[in-house]
Amino acid sequence: MTEVTVPGSAGGSATTFSMFWATLRRDLLLAIRNRAEMVNPLVFFLIAITMIPLGVSPETKTLAAIAPGLIWVMALLATLLSLDGLFRSDFEDGSLEQMLISPQPLYFTVLAKVMVHWLVTGLPLTLMSPLLGVMLALPSGGYGPLCITLLLGTASMSLIGAVGAALTVALRKGGLLLSLIVMPLYVPVLIFGASAVHNAVLGSVINSQIAVLGAFLALAIVLAPLAAAGALRVSSDG
Amino acid sequence: MAWQWFHRLGSPRWFYEKTQAWLPWLTAITLVLLVVGSIWGLAFAPADAKQGNSYRIIYIHVPAAFLALAGYYIMAISGAIGLIWKMKLPYMVMKSAAPIGAALTFVSLVTGSIWGKPTWGTWWEWDARITSMLILFFLYLGIMALQQAFHSRDTGDKASAILALVGTVNIPIIYKSVDWWYTLHQPATIKFVGESSIHPSMLYPLLIMVIAFYCFYALALLLYTRAEILRRESRTQWVNELVARQAGSVNHDIPVKGGSAV
Repeated sequence: MTEVTVPGSAGGSATTFSMFWATLRRDLLLAIRNRAEMVNPLVFFLIAITMIPLGVSPETKTLAAIAPGLIWVMALLATLLSLDGLFRSDFEDGSLEQMLISPQPLYFTVLAKVMVHWLVTGLPLTLMSPLLGVMLALPSGGYGPLCITLLLGTASMSLIGAVGAALTVALRKGGLLLSLIVMPLYVPVLIFGASAVHNAVLGSVINSQIAVLGAFLALAIVLAPLAAAGALRVSSDG
Repeated sequence: MAWQWFHRLGSPRWFYEKTQAWLPWLTAITLVLLVVGSIWGLAFAPADAKQGNSYRIIYIHVPAAFLALAGYYIMAISGAIGLIWKMKLPYMVMKSAAPIGAALTFVSLVTGSIWGKPTWGTWWEWDARITSMLILFFLYLGIMALQQAFHSRDTGDKASAILALVGTVNIPIIYKSVDWWYTLHQPATIKFVGESSIHPSMLYPLLIMVIAFYCFYALALLLYTRAEILRRESRTQWVNELVARQAGSVNHDIPVKGGSAV
C-alpha cells in the first residue's frame, strides 16, 4: 500500500507514524478549544455522585459500603455519555471520509482518536475520583486502588466504546442506542474494577484484579481499534 | 466441486427452493420429539429427591438456555460469513436468528426465575448463570436495535454483524467474570445436583428435549429466513412468479383451503 502512495519505501512507516501524531495533535487541540465539551462528563460525574447521598442516605457507614461500586458505575456512565462525540464531528464535517480514504491504516487513526478521548475524559475522571471518594466517605485504603483501576478501566472503556461510537456514527439519534449496545460489553471491566476497590477496602490483595484489568486493556488496544475501523467503513457509507 | 453448495448459498432463491422439501420432515421430527420429550419428562420421569416435581421445569429451561447461547454463535458466524464473502443469504439468516435467540434467552430467564421461587425462595437471584444470561439478552437486544436503526438495510446488516462478532469475543469474558464475581460476592451454597450426577431416567428425556429444541430452532430459523428472503427479494422475478402461481392456484380451487402446493 505504501509503495503506491509514497515514492520510496523508506517513507512508508514514517507516514503512518506521523499520521498518528498529526491526528493526536489535531484532536487534542480541538478538545482544548472546546473546553466546555470536555468539562461536561466531569460535571456529570460530580452531580450524579452528589445525588447518591440525597437519594440513599447521608450516613457514613452506608455510603462507605457502596462507594467503590458507585464511583465505578458513575465513571462508566460518564464515559458512555462522552462517547457519542468521538467520531461525530469528524463525520459531520467530512474529515472522517478523508481518514477513510487515506492510504495510512485506519487502525492508528482510530487509536489516536481514542487516546485523545481517554486523555480528555478517562484521565480527568480518574484524577477527580479521590475527591468523590471523600464525598462518599470511601475508607482510606481504597483511594490508591480506585485511581489505578480507573486509570486502566477507563482506557479499556474508551477503546470498547469506540466500536459502539463507530457503529452509530451515521445515526441521527445514536446516543441512546450507543449506550444500549456498549453497556453489556462493559460488564467485565466494571466487575473487576469495582471489586478490586472493594477488596482493597477490606484489606485483601488485589494484584490479580489489576492484572486482569491490564489484560483487558492490552486485548482492547489490539482488537478494539480494528473493530472500530471496520465499523467506521461500514456505517459511514449508510 | 465440494464448494459448489457453498457458492449456491449465495443465491437466496436456491435456498428457498431447496428448503421447501425439508420443512415437512423437520416439522414432523420436531413435533414428535417435543411431544415425546415433554410427556416423558413431565409425566414419567421420577420426581427429584430434594426438589420434588418442581425440578421438571429443567426440561424446558436447560434446552432453551443451550439454544440461547448456541443461537448467538449461529448468528455471529452467519454475520461473519456475510462480511467475509459478501453474500446476501447469511445476513438474512443473521437477522432471523436474532429474535429467535432473544426469545429463547427470555424463555430461559423466565423459566429460571419460576424455578427459583420454590427452590431458592426468590424470583430473582444474582446468580452467575442468571446474570450472564441477562447480559446475553441485552446483547441480543442491542444487535436487533442496531439492525433496525439504519435506513439502509445493507448498512444495518453489516453493522450488526460487526457488533455480533465483537460480542462473540466478549461472551466468554463476560461469562468468566460474572462467574468470578459471583463466587466472590456470595457463598456458593446454592448448588443443584451436578450435571454429571443426574440419574439416567431424568437425563434421557432431557437429552430428547435438547435435540427437540435444536430441531425447533432449525425449523424456526428456516421459516424466519424464508419469510425474510421473500421480503427482501420481493422485487425479483422469481418471487413475483411464485406469488402469481400461488394466487392462481388459490383462485382455481377456492373452496379448498391450504390445498395449494406451497
